[in-house]
Amino acid sequence: MSKDNTIFIGEHSSFRERNRRSGGYLMKRRIKEISVSVIRALLMFGLCFMIISPMISRISMSLMDEKDLYDTTIVLIPRNVTMDNFTAVARATSLPTSMINTLWISILSSILQIVSCTLVAYGFARYEFPLKKFWFACVIALIIIPPQTIQSALYRTFTRFDFLGLITLINGEPLNIRKSIWPYLLMCLTCMGLKDGLYIYMLRQYFKNVPESLEEAAYVDGCGTMHTFVKIMLPDAMPIIASCFLFSFVWQWTDLFYSRNFLSGYTLYAPQLSSMLDRIADELSRMAGTPVTPSPGRQLQLISVGVLFCCIPLIILYCFTQRTFVESLAMTGSKE
Amino acid sequence: MSKKNRKYREHWYSGITEAFQMFVPGNKLYRTIPAKRARTGFLFILPFIIGFIFFMLQPLYVSMQMSLSRYVINTGEMTWNNFYNYNYAFNTDPDYNRMLVDEISRMAINVIATLVMSFVIAVILNQKFKGRIICRIIFFLPVILSSGVLPGIETSSSSLNLINSMSQAMGDSSGVNISAALEDLLSVSGVASQVFDVIFQMIDAIYDIVMASGIQIIVFLSGLQSISPSLYEAADVEGCSAWESFWKITFPMVSPLLLVNCIYTIIDFFMKNNNQVMEHINNIYMNGVRMDLGIAAAESWIYFGVAIVFIGISAFIISRAVKSYE
Repeated sequence: MSKDNTIFIGEHSSFRERNRRSGGYLMKRRIKEISVSVIRALLMFGLCFMIISPMISRISMSLMDEKDLYDTTIVLIPRNVTMDNFTAVARATSLPTSMINTLWISILSSILQIVSCTLVAYGFARYEFPLKKFWFACVIALIIIPPQTIQSALYRTFTRFDFLGLITLINGEPLNIRKSIWPYLLMCLTCMGLKDGLYIYMLRQYFKNVPESLEEAAYVDGCGTMHTFVKIMLPDAMPIIASCFLFSFVWQWTDLFYSRNFLSGYTLYAPQLSSMLDRIADELSRMAGTPVTPSPGRQLQLISVGVLFCCIPLIILYCFTQRTFVESLAMTGSKE
Repeated sequence: MSKKNRKYREHWYSGITEAFQMFVPGNKLYRTIPAKRARTGFLFILPFIIGFIFFMLQPLYVSMQMSLSRYVINTGEMTWNNFYNYNYAFNTDPDYNRMLVDEISRMAINVIATLVMSFVIAVILNQKFKGRIICRIIFFLPVILSSGVLPGIETSSSSLNLINSMSQAMGDSSGVNISAALEDLLSVSGVASQVFDVIFQMIDAIYDIVMASGIQIIVFLSGLQSISPSLYEAADVEGCSAWESFWKITFPMVSPLLLVNCIYTIIDFFMKNNNQVMEHINNIYMNGVRMDLGIAAAESWIYFGVAIVFIGISAFIISRAVKSYE
């Protein structure tokens, strides 16, 4: 508790004296405070440690030689430090290319997603139009419907892409555009990308909380709709937009579902990581001439390295932007 | 401002007629200001509408159709086959039923545990203590660390599963495994084992639960921060203890967020990567041994149906419970 709550009975008397005069109350409260903070500290430390410890063990495991893994005297600090695992994983996941592809595709798709989601959210927050409730129910449906339900149908749509029969008319047969990036970009642009319903919901919540009088003033002064939106609404909304952008970037970076189904023409890191072990086993088998799989310990090491490669850029990004991540999400005050 | 101008609606189709009057030139409503604003608003959400029709409704329709028919991959032909796919999913597929039940029971436990956990953590993080900022940074790390490929990757290979269970067994024999020891003790002393099974399942899954509660903590925290301190002051003056003011102020003020969080948790769980059912569908029917998109569609529809039922039930229960506080 803070200082102003303490009972002052003679400022210069000792704690013991004051405690005596308060009839033991001071002592009781002091014990309560200390025990609460000790329990809290223990709980927090335990939970934080639990979150971080897999990361730490991954780092140490990835630096170990395989011998060290089976040595019971070694817990965290490796005896024989080796970079072998890193080079193996980098080769198996075709590292520079897959990372670069992941980077630009994540940035591009996040930008498209956030631009379209911001527009849509603004429309929902500020304008009254017929059937608005229906369309908003559709946004909720978009959050709820797992994309897995429609994956087989989208698969079919994009392998035999035929926009209103036009392409068959020109080309003679439907187009297979599943391996190109266009379907996914189109989906991002029309708010159907990864978790877009959530971004629309969050941004709408934010826009609804902004007082309307600002825009009305701008409108009275002769500012057009788009102008008002860009010049008055957007600058204030920048933190929440940035936080949505970061979320979308991070989730796109680690996403397996969309990458595997719609971006299979590009070597991206997440699908490469998920099929890495099979590929390494294949390579070993080809070299040996017989089916071989890496030993379980080795597999564990390779997986840890792969996960580290995936996480570390994101963790660095997070450390620099954690304010944006957390505080602006709290700003939406998503009460409903 | 446009709310005042809106007419009272009589029929379910009056929204459509209103839209017609507002969007088609020449009608009497067309030149009014609400109609103009409605058109602008409609333009804003147009991308969503287009996307929803082409990339959601149409695929939903197709996948419904697919789930009800025999689908030939090479030609894309579909022929009606009398619920064969659903029948297959329930009666023939050896793993599907078991996996579905497993996942649902795991989900029910995890959702409750995640809600409780994230609420407790949010309450603690809302207090002032040293190292609070570092704790916050760490607690939101799971938003990154448990997304996409990452959660399922360590159990993706069967030999890795083996080594994990081996190391667990070794841990049991060498170190002190408190939860196992307690469980033994309680089962020997004859406490109802079913209840404790559930609780111990939660304790063992605590890592998964903490990893799944990043966003929920943020949502609860935002709710907690919006409670005005004067409420607590008033309660303090009236002689409320901290415990009472927690149940009389904090909990009712934050409880509307329970619904949002509950739905988010359920959806998150259903869409997770390390979800057995999804993995099963993906590995066997989408890219695997028995490539049959019809069965894949049928099984995902069943799964989706279960998810919707769950969301409906929990929304109903929570909205009832929350109403009684207001």
